[in-house]
Amino acid sequence: MTLQTTTYLIVGFTFAIYIGIAIWARASTTKDFYVAGGHVNPIANGMATAADWMSAASFISMAGLIAFMGYGGSVFLMGWTGGYVLLAMLLAPYLRKFGKFTVPEFIGERYYSKAARIVAVICLIVASVTYVIGQMKGIGVAFSRFLQVDYDHGLMIGMGIVFVYAVMGGMKGITYTQIAQYCVLILAYTIPAIFISLNLTGNPIPQLGLGSTMSGSEVYLLDRLDQVLRDLGFLEYTTNVRLSLTNMFMYTLSLMIGTAGLPHVIIRFFTVPKVKDARSSAGWALVFIAILYTTAPSVAAMARLNLIETIQPSTGGHLVYEERPNWIKNWEATGLLAFEDKNGDGMIQYSANAETNEMTKVDRDIMVLANPEIAGLPNWVIALVAAGGLAAALSTAAGLLLAISSAISHDLLKGVFKPDVTEQQELMASRVAMAGAIMLAGYLGFNPPDFAAGTVALAFGLAASSIFPALMMGIFYKRMNKEGAIAGMIAGLGVTLLYVFQHKGIMFIASTSFMGDMPQNWFLGIEPNAFGAVGAIVNFAVAFAVAKMTAPPPQEIMELVEHIRVPSGANAPIAH
Amino acid sequence: MSKNSSYWTSNLKLVGLCLVIWFVVSYLFGIILVEPLNAIKIGGYKLGFWFAQQGSIYVFIALIFFYAKRMGKLDKEHNVHEDDE
Repeated sequence: MTLQTTTYLIVGFTFAIYIGIAIWARASTTKDFYVAGGHVNPIANGMATAADWMSAASFISMAGLIAFMGYGGSVFLMGWTGGYVLLAMLLAPYLRKFGKFTVPEFIGERYYSKAARIVAVICLIVASVTYVIGQMKGIGVAFSRFLQVDYDHGLMIGMGIVFVYAVMGGMKGITYTQIAQYCVLILAYTIPAIFISLNLTGNPIPQLGLGSTMSGSEVYLLDRLDQVLRDLGFLEYTTNVRLSLTNMFMYTLSLMIGTAGLPHVIIRFFTVPKVKDARSSAGWALVFIAILYTTAPSVAAMARLNLIETIQPSTGGHLVYEERPNWIKNWEATGLLAFEDKNGDGMIQYSANAETNEMTKVDRDIMVLANPEIAGLPNWVIALVAAGGLAAALSTAAGLLLAISSAISHDLLKGVFKPDVTEQQELMASRVAMAGAIMLAGYLGFNPPDFAAGTVALAFGLAASSIFPALMMGIFYKRMNKEGAIAGMIAGLGVTLLYVFQHKGIMFIASTSFMGDMPQNWFLGIEPNAFGAVGAIVNFAVAFAVAKMTAPPPQEIMELVEHIRVPSGANAPIAH
Repeated sequence: MSKNSSYWTSNLKLVGLCLVIWFVVSYLFGIILVEPLNAIKIGGYKLGFWFAQQGSIYVFIALIFFYAKRMGKLDKEHNVHEDDE
């Protein structure tokens, strides 16, 4: 069986499972989705949260970025896991106690203001749409390889499938589908990693393999990789700092705060049965996420080593272009990998020197998908990875699109502008909003601002600078009033957007960037992807200053804050 | 109300302790002190690199479960836990 047929079979099979589960869960659950959702075992709920959370950025893109960034890529590993600590301790139990279903709803009530709710909706949409752009990049890459078309066509097909999937997957049954998607994506990620780790080091556990010696040699894998990279003129893998330690600090902080501020993740903790469960379910979610996140560094380092050793089979030797393996040909067809024979010798030279380097394009986002092919693993493993990448992208895209559409239909339309809207009109509005979001994100996805994980990092910065501070101060600072919160959100989001747009282009269209994506114009050497942490600090500072100068919130709001701080009486209204 | 405020103070202390550990394993060991720590090796891993790419994540998981357990105890001690069905 050819690789293409195997891929179609495995991807088709997994899709059939998701659709089957969606239909089964819809038919068997009772009217009230939230009660049914409330009885999901906390471990299963953690799995669903993990699938919702781990997107194309985690699955397809992250290890590829780490492969080329080395130690600098640690920002993604720490940033996208450490946020769960903040979520579990600073937000989840209290928001669960409050017992509303959307993030803007909490902000609207805590700050007793429709204006605050509208500002929260805007922040949510800006962050979520940016996030969906990152997913679209990943989906485009996966489909282009899977169907052997160029990236733009892959993206268009992906948009269509996401639309059908998000509308059909709908509100109900999504938890169970996501459990299946978690299983597919984690198998697809770990199986090739185990194979490759076994091949290279003889240790089947990738987390240990990365710290082991190479098979049949006394040299540690990481030392070997550092050596090979030095020989080609690249920076050492294990000490390659991303721009500066300050930048890495801010980048990590931005991703952590953003994790705790992203609406589609927060929503998951609104539906657990108890406050107590909100605390531990964050822990379970992180366990399932960590299985992928601690494997990723091994995938990254081993993929980089395998890539180099394929192109340069022995020290000083080079791969003859005409004899290149199939995976290079396949990826060349997508336009994401390119070779230019600069010295006309018919061989591929790969080095850090831009003038003599002949691997002129190696899109970071292809590394995870190409990895099993580079390592020469069997076809079914390669096909499984394609299925896993699609599962990751689809589950997250669906969760985000639901968050966007509920913000528009529930918070804006029903909550603010037209309270007497009928159920059907609300549903219609949410579908239209969903379609609009896919079109916008897809359109911007043709020229994404960065690799999938970088684009997603921007989204986290936007969430970090706007939503997280407002939520946290709403719980931990009783004196925070509506004026402070609104000013803080606007200032935080404004500063971050301005910084991102001036370096990445307005709405990420590169030609409109008026300060250029260049390090010398960066504030304290902080790259735009990492600027959310600065935005969050601005948010806190402005909010405190404004709150000090304006009237304190009304007495009943102070009591509401007292009420959400204790777990007892979770389902009753204020009962002091 | 005073009963609840001592609960809240204990909660803040616990969160504070957890966040200090959270900061130390990621920002301090993984970023600020990465270079000196890299002088120590466990297997093929440089220690600073290990904290940044592996160790911090394991500690995060342990922290959340530790926090959840201690909070459950605090809830009971201050009699603010949810009713058990």
